[in-house]
Amino acid sequence: MEHKLTVEALKDGTVIDHIPAGQGRRIAKLLRLSESGQRVYMGFNLPSQRSGKKDLIKVENILLSAEDANQLALYAPDATVNVIEDFEVVAKHKLGVPESIAGVLVCPNSNCISHVEPVTSHFSVRSRHGEIRLKCKYCEKAYAKEVFTGLS
Amino acid sequence: MANPLYQKHIISISDLSREELELVVHTAAELKRHPRNDLLKDRVVASCFFEASTRTRLSFETAVQRLGGSVIGFADAGNTSLAKKGETLADSVRIITSYVDAYVMRHPRDGAARLAAECSTKPVINAGDGANQHPTQTLLDLFTLHETQGRLDGLKVAFVGDLKYGRTVHSLVQALSLFGCRFYFIAPLALALPDYLYEELDERNIDYSDHEDIEEVVPELDILYMTRVQKERFEETEFHQVKSRFVLTADTLAQARPNLRVLHPLPRVDEIETGVDQTPYAYYFQQAENGVYARQALLALVLNETL
Repeated sequence: MEHKLTVEALKDGTVIDHIPAGQGRRIAKLLRLSESGQRVYMGFNLPSQRSGKKDLIKVENILLSAEDANQLALYAPDATVNVIEDFEVVAKHKLGVPESIAGVLVCPNSNCISHVEPVTSHFSVRSRHGEIRLKCKYCEKAYAKEVFTGLS
Repeated sequence: MANPLYQKHIISISDLSREELELVVHTAAELKRHPRNDLLKDRVVASCFFEASTRTRLSFETAVQRLGGSVIGFADAGNTSLAKKGETLADSVRIITSYVDAYVMRHPRDGAARLAAECSTKPVINAGDGANQHPTQTLLDLFTLHETQGRLDGLKVAFVGDLKYGRTVHSLVQALSLFGCRFYFIAPLALALPDYLYEELDERNIDYSDHEDIEEVVPELDILYMTRVQKERFEETEFHQVKSRFVLTADTLAQARPNLRVLHPLPRVDEIETGVDQTPYAYYFQQAENGVYARQALLALVLNETL
């Protein structure tokens, strides 16, 4: 008999598909899914016709808003976000660049006050000539998204 | 109607509009001409310097006292609860601002002033946060430019020296770009203006050019803004080569227009020879004195609904 690891179909929740392989963990952290208390299924390096390999996340009982979905645009611009209610897809979010990102990223500037005080990090997001830059509310320095290595 | 700076935090020069900058400049000129000793009567201002700064601290404290106010605070953080007991800056600001009418702070960390503003119910004035912002230096520079040239619009301004790390230069370039000034940048390649500032100037269609030599642009200038090239940015032999190209002498100014003025945020080391001090172009000591008037103007506007 063939052994299969099955993941139950979602009754209510969100499926984030077509995440570039290797970015799934970062996105789960960005959306604080492990802190949600809900069941989260993650698939890494799944076969993908589009890109060879992909990551996938299913989360129960959390219906991501368009702004939540936009947070993914930085690291998974081609991801699809399907919101499911009662086994039916009720919304498909098209990803856009978020206006800001709060409380997730760590400022790359080691002299920024946000490293030593109990504050929530906050970055405004700007897109210029197709390049996304994130500007820290505190130290006012702007960085390309690739510069960010740490998540708070 | 309340003036637009009343009860406002002054954190970053980019928070201020052209009209607000002009208001500070004109108020500073008025207070220099007609001193007032009543504008901060019965007011207490905290002057909290978490790192040393001689001119900024003393000129702020002079400004408060000249306006009839009083000052509490400290000149370094060594003896505070932050250093001794591990208190957070956020808690420290909450407590101190509950005692006073305004909070002036210098701090070695970038962004400390923005954080202080979030924790304070009283206006916070940034007296320098790390390498980030020093808005009152820009205000005194603008006041000095206006005082010496009679206008801010369309001035021809050269910046010389360390244009990469100098926050004074960055803030003044940003402020003057609101007034359509024309810029000349003269710096060693390793200390050139950061790319993001060039991008901002391009976005605003500001006219600028880069040069290797002070003398070639002197005949065109209204303002020559010198800065210090710091030795630690270079190897010893490279430093001596670079230094000799960015030193201002009285001879360099032979072709200057009569209205040209030389400014410098001070302290200077040897980038302006003392011979320049005797020329009619030197204005850096008056510029430092203007720090008191610019800070008086700012404090008066922030703490008085109308003047």
